[in-house]
Amino acid sequence: MEHQVVEGSKPVTVPALDPTITARGVNVFYGDKQAIFDVDVDVPRNAITSFIGPSGCGKSTFLRCINRMNDTIPICTVTGDIRIDGEDIYDPRLDVVELRARVGMVFQKPNPFPKSIYENIAYGPRIHGLTRSKKELDELVEKCLEKAGLLKEVKDRMNEPGTGLSGGQQQRLCIARAIATRPEVILMDEPCSALDPIATAKVEELMEELKENYTIIIVTHSMQQAARVSQRTAFFHLGKLVENGDTRQIFTNPSDKRTQDYITGRFG
Amino acid sequence: MTDTQSGLLSSQHDWSSAAARKRVKRRYAADRRLQFYGIGAIALSILLLGVLFSSLMFTGYVAFYTTKVALEVPFAADQFDKDKLGDANYRGIAKTAFLTYFPEVTSRAEQRNLVKIMSSGAPYIIRDFVVANPDRIGSTVTIQVPVSDPFDQLYKGVIPRYIDALGQDRIALFEKLQRRNVIKIEGGKAFAATDIFVNPAEIPDGDITKADLHGMVREGFAAYYPKQTSRAYQEILAEDASTQVLRAKIEAEPGIVGKTVTLMLPLAPAYDELARTGASKIVNPRFGDKAEFVWFDKLISAGAISTPFTWELFTNADSRYPELAGLAGALSGSFFALLVCFLLSFPIGIATAVYLEEFAPKNKWTDLVEVNINNLAAVPSVVFGLLGLALFINTFGLPRSAPLVGGMVLALMTLPTIIVATRAALKGVPPSIREAALGVGASKHQVMLHHVIPLSLPGILTGTIIGLAQALGETAPLLLIGMNAFIPSIENMGLTQPAMALPTQIFSWADSPERGFVSRTSAAIMVLLGFLVIMNILAVYLRRKFERKW
Ligand SMILES: Nc1ncnc2c1ncn2[C@@H]1O[C@H](COP(=O)(O)OP(=O)(O)OP(=O)(O)O)[C@@H](O)[C@H]1O
Ligand SMILES: [Mg+2]
Repeated sequence: MEHQVVEGSKPVTVPALDPTITARGVNVFYGDKQAIFDVDVDVPRNAITSFIGPSGCGKSTFLRCINRMNDTIPICTVTGDIRIDGEDIYDPRLDVVELRARVGMVFQKPNPFPKSIYENIAYGPRIHGLTRSKKELDELVEKCLEKAGLLKEVKDRMNEPGTGLSGGQQQRLCIARAIATRPEVILMDEPCSALDPIATAKVEELMEELKENYTIIIVTHSMQQAARVSQRTAFFHLGKLVENGDTRQIFTNPSDKRTQDYITGRFG
Repeated sequence: MTDTQSGLLSSQHDWSSAAARKRVKRRYAADRRLQFYGIGAIALSILLLGVLFSSLMFTGYVAFYTTKVALEVPFAADQFDKDKLGDANYRGIAKTAFLTYFPEVTSRAEQRNLVKIMSSGAPYIIRDFVVANPDRIGSTVTIQVPVSDPFDQLYKGVIPRYIDALGQDRIALFEKLQRRNVIKIEGGKAFAATDIFVNPAEIPDGDITKADLHGMVREGFAAYYPKQTSRAYQEILAEDASTQVLRAKIEAEPGIVGKTVTLMLPLAPAYDELARTGASKIVNPRFGDKAEFVWFDKLISAGAISTPFTWELFTNADSRYPELAGLAGALSGSFFALLVCFLLSFPIGIATAVYLEEFAPKNKWTDLVEVNINNLAAVPSVVFGLLGLALFINTFGLPRSAPLVGGMVLALMTLPTIIVATRAALKGVPPSIREAALGVGASKHQVMLHHVIPLSLPGILTGTIIGLAQALGETAPLLLIGMNAFIPSIENMGLTQPAMALPTQIFSWADSPERGFVSRTSAAIMVLLGFLVIMNILAVYLRRKFERKW
């Protein structure tokens, strides 16, 4: 990767505007009802971007546009232009399945497959033919678990069902599963909302590590979390993007009154 | 939050007031009542089920053993032609072997009656033995053959030797005669001392061969019942024998013409018995006469009778003789029909359900299809039978009575069950699993094949097995396509051969007059229920086995 130069300087710096994902004029409709209004947003590479906003403002909806998960909802239509690395992801010639392998997703509620821990991670690489041998696959599974900080806990129970893990472990398993297809982008929709503070800290730590190699978008309701982990923040309100910029700037000196009100807890 | 709301919420409720306590009490009472209703309903259904099963067992268990008589059969080499082992005089061999138990019975007529104790299938059993064991020719072999149905039932205690021939009102009629001292017993036989007017007008030209002696006897006897409107009393006399007595009297004493004579007229057997013993027991008409009991008892005391388990119930084909009838044909017919039914309905049902549930666009047409599938589940099975008859047999020209067609018709019936069950099972897979699979880049069919279908397999299999169990017990459509063919041989069993199925076999046996078919019917029902229980246990087992948590 040629953009790794951006990283390495702590504390948090505003990333250079080197967007992986660029969205222009995105509108989303559920039937007749419009959920997203004309959103333009850039998501920088190898950094964490948080989407915040009151409930029902369309964060999840917009997030699901990025891996075209909305395609699975029959009444949902998306217009506008979303590009990843300059490639139009709504191009009819583009293969959605491949896109979803390249854009991993972690859901609000941990949803491991009711299969073994090993199978949970091996599934994605296997269907996409990412490994050539059993040995390679074993290594990949181990590496993903390692990265997700789960390897130590599950090393000798790889064949036990993934659903038998604790909630926090399950969510880390889902993160490991998401990175197993070697995505460029990881979308996380409130990944910590079902977790206790310790598990949350672990996941946040993990995100911190992952951002070295991945572009991460996280939807969160916790201002603290957004402030802690993300470098950039986008604030949505009633389906519109209100403000989008450097996290520190948004939390210390928001330019929009609504942002100010939201982060200070005046509505939401 | 508005103030009124918080006011409502903050208002104190008194949980210990009398009204509140009463409410709690009522709630407990309602809980208990509901529980009681539930327990009552379960108890009732268990009771009814118990009655059903015990009555089945009670009538059916005797079919699981057969009364057999051991025949010592000497296979003399000169009786058989090596190339045509099946063609020897097996009837004669069986008869000779059986008659060795009764050297004292020599009259041909008696022997003919005697041999009726043995099942008519005995010659075939001996033939099958010889064909299977040609090396035994030249030696004497003990072969067990069933006794015929009445004796089988007699030995099992299902039917009595004697039955009550007369009802209460008949006995009352007869007792009237006894009170008037008309009935006499002489030499171990009962007679009615009847006054008969030998009417010369009834004897044209004095020729008694032309005389209506019958009418004279009747008239004379009717005088004892002057006010009876019912003619039931006419059964009391043995009419033909009485006429004989009158004729003999006139021939012996021509002078009595024009006079009244008192004749000792013999009684019908039931009344004879009643007069002599006070009870109207007669030999059960299923047997010829009492001599047969004597013979049969001789067999018992000779130790020739045994009651082994009826393997024939499972290995024999259908037969007109209940002691020989088995379920082999019905079992194979049902097996092939269910096989066809499964092979058709399982893949088609799952494919339909998966398409409708996961892929079909939601529009008027799919709604229509959906409604029709649900309605199909409610269509009476007879209609499917008619459809099968019209379509598969008359239009497509498939063979009648064949398990192939039976299976196709049953598949029509089973399809809706499988589709509905599969759709319910697919719906039961949480969306989060689909999202997870889609999220790692599984295509739609991969999501289905790798995740959703395996997870819904318990439900699908349960639905399928329940559908098949229904199909196994279905009778009406099979009757319509003729799958109640009487096939008394177990050769030529196959998909396109005429066949019987378990339920139609039960239907046909239940319809047969022979006493032995009553227990055979119950036994067949037990076999059918046994298969249903096994299938349901299998369904539960599969559900347990494939069930997974998420
Ligand atoms: N499948 C759907 N069908 C119809 N409307 C939907 C659907 N999903 C979301 N919506 C609507 O779209 C709007 C945005 O919903 P979305 O789930 O994106 O909100 P959100 O910002 O993620 O909220 P939350 O923080 O509560 O998760 C809401 O008004 C919601 O009612
Ligand atoms: Mg959401």
